Amino acid sequence: MTDRDASMPAPDPRLQHFVGNLLRYGVLLAAAVVLSGGMLYLAHHGGTVPDYRRFEGQPAYLRSVIGIAGGALKLDERAVVQLGLVLLIATPIARVALSAVAFAFERDRTYVLITLLVLALLLWSLLG
Amino acid sequence: MRSLNTLAFSAVVACAAFAAGFLGSLTGLGGGVVIVPLLTLVFGADIHYAIGASLVSVIGTSSGAAAAYVKEGFTNLRIGMLLEVATTFGALVGATLVAVLSTNVIAVIFGLVLLQSAWLASRPRADHLTADLAPDPLAARLRLDGTFPTEQGEVRYRVRNVPAGFALMWVAGVLSGLLGIGSGAVKVLAMDQLMLLPFKVSTATSNFMIGVTAAASAGIFLHRGYIVPGLAMPVMLGVLAGSMVGARLLFRTPTQRLRRLFAVVVALLAIEMIYHGFAGKI
Repeated sequence: MTDRDASMPAPDPRLQHFVGNLLRYGVLLAAAVVLSGGMLYLAHHGGTVPDYRRFEGQPAYLRSVIGIAGGALKLDERAVVQLGLVLLIATPIARVALSAVAFAFERDRTYVLITLLVLALLLWSLLG
Repeated sequence: MRSLNTLAFSAVVACAAFAAGFLGSLTGLGGGVVIVPLLTLVFGADIHYAIGASLVSVIGTSSGAAAAYVKEGFTNLRIGMLLEVATTFGALVGATLVAVLSTNVIAVIFGLVLLQSAWLASRPRADHLTADLAPDPLAARLRLDGTFPTEQGEVRYRVRNVPAGFALMWVAGVLSGLLGIGSGAVKVLAMDQLMLLPFKVSTATSNFMIGVTAAASAGIFLHRGYIVPGLAMPVMLGVLAGSMVGARLLFRTPTQRLRRLFAVVVALLAIEMIYHGFAGKI
């Protein structure tokens, strides 16, 4: 038990608490946005017959974060659903960002760098 | 199923997704493994749309369950983040491969991964006692060893085989991006069997990683148009609600028999996917 390298500093309980709440409320917010967009969508398109048998992609504005945000502001029902899904995708990304902060508090430079690398890949994938 | 209108279709998909999320969280297999076969085989959806909807629901269950895991203190953030480098790179490769591989090949790979999940779920998991092992030089340098809370106080564990675990995690990332699943079974295999982590630590850490890995490929899926709101909406809401109810009942249910039953269902779906893939019907 004496080797210093193996000792892991206890995680800051306040940060843990914050991360837990962020994830819980992030998921609930995302679900609420998806649900409201879904209600609008069903109100307008509930009677049509959906066809997902052949892959045809999506309109351009539903395929980028900026397009989705713009569409959601105009209350386009499908863009509102997508906005909720983007919020959901953002919850683990926010957790990674907070982990970088946690490692920075512990002055653990190696893990700050590792975490920032993961964060950069995630942001590049979502926004790039 | 194509005669249903959007309202009825959404309701039926949401109910099926609820059942998948419920069983997935009770058995620890995750809802993702059955969503894709369900959407393609039962609802006739294109596999790209199915993968997109499934991946989004995987993120929902991971983040939803993480709130509980964070409090308990089993998650090893260092191990998770280090291995995330491998899984995120893998996920980006996997998500790119979706556009290249034929849907039949994807279906066959999917079936094989399902078989592995079913096999793993049907086996009991044994805990390794690694407290008395000498520290592994690489694990010590990366400060991966840790402790976890038990009824007898904090118990120390040592981490083994970091490079092999890292390599297998890359594979888990590729499969997650290619198939729209959490790859929990492969992640647990890497952490339980190779790196010898106690299973509560590997389960909690794997749950954290599943969401991050899925988020890496979700961006690419979004740009490619695999995430379609009309289908992702009932799937995400259904799986999320199902997994939350499942998590509440987790300690009051005979999970061993349920796991075996679910493993059989997953195995049957696997065979169906492989058959459809070889028959060129996906």
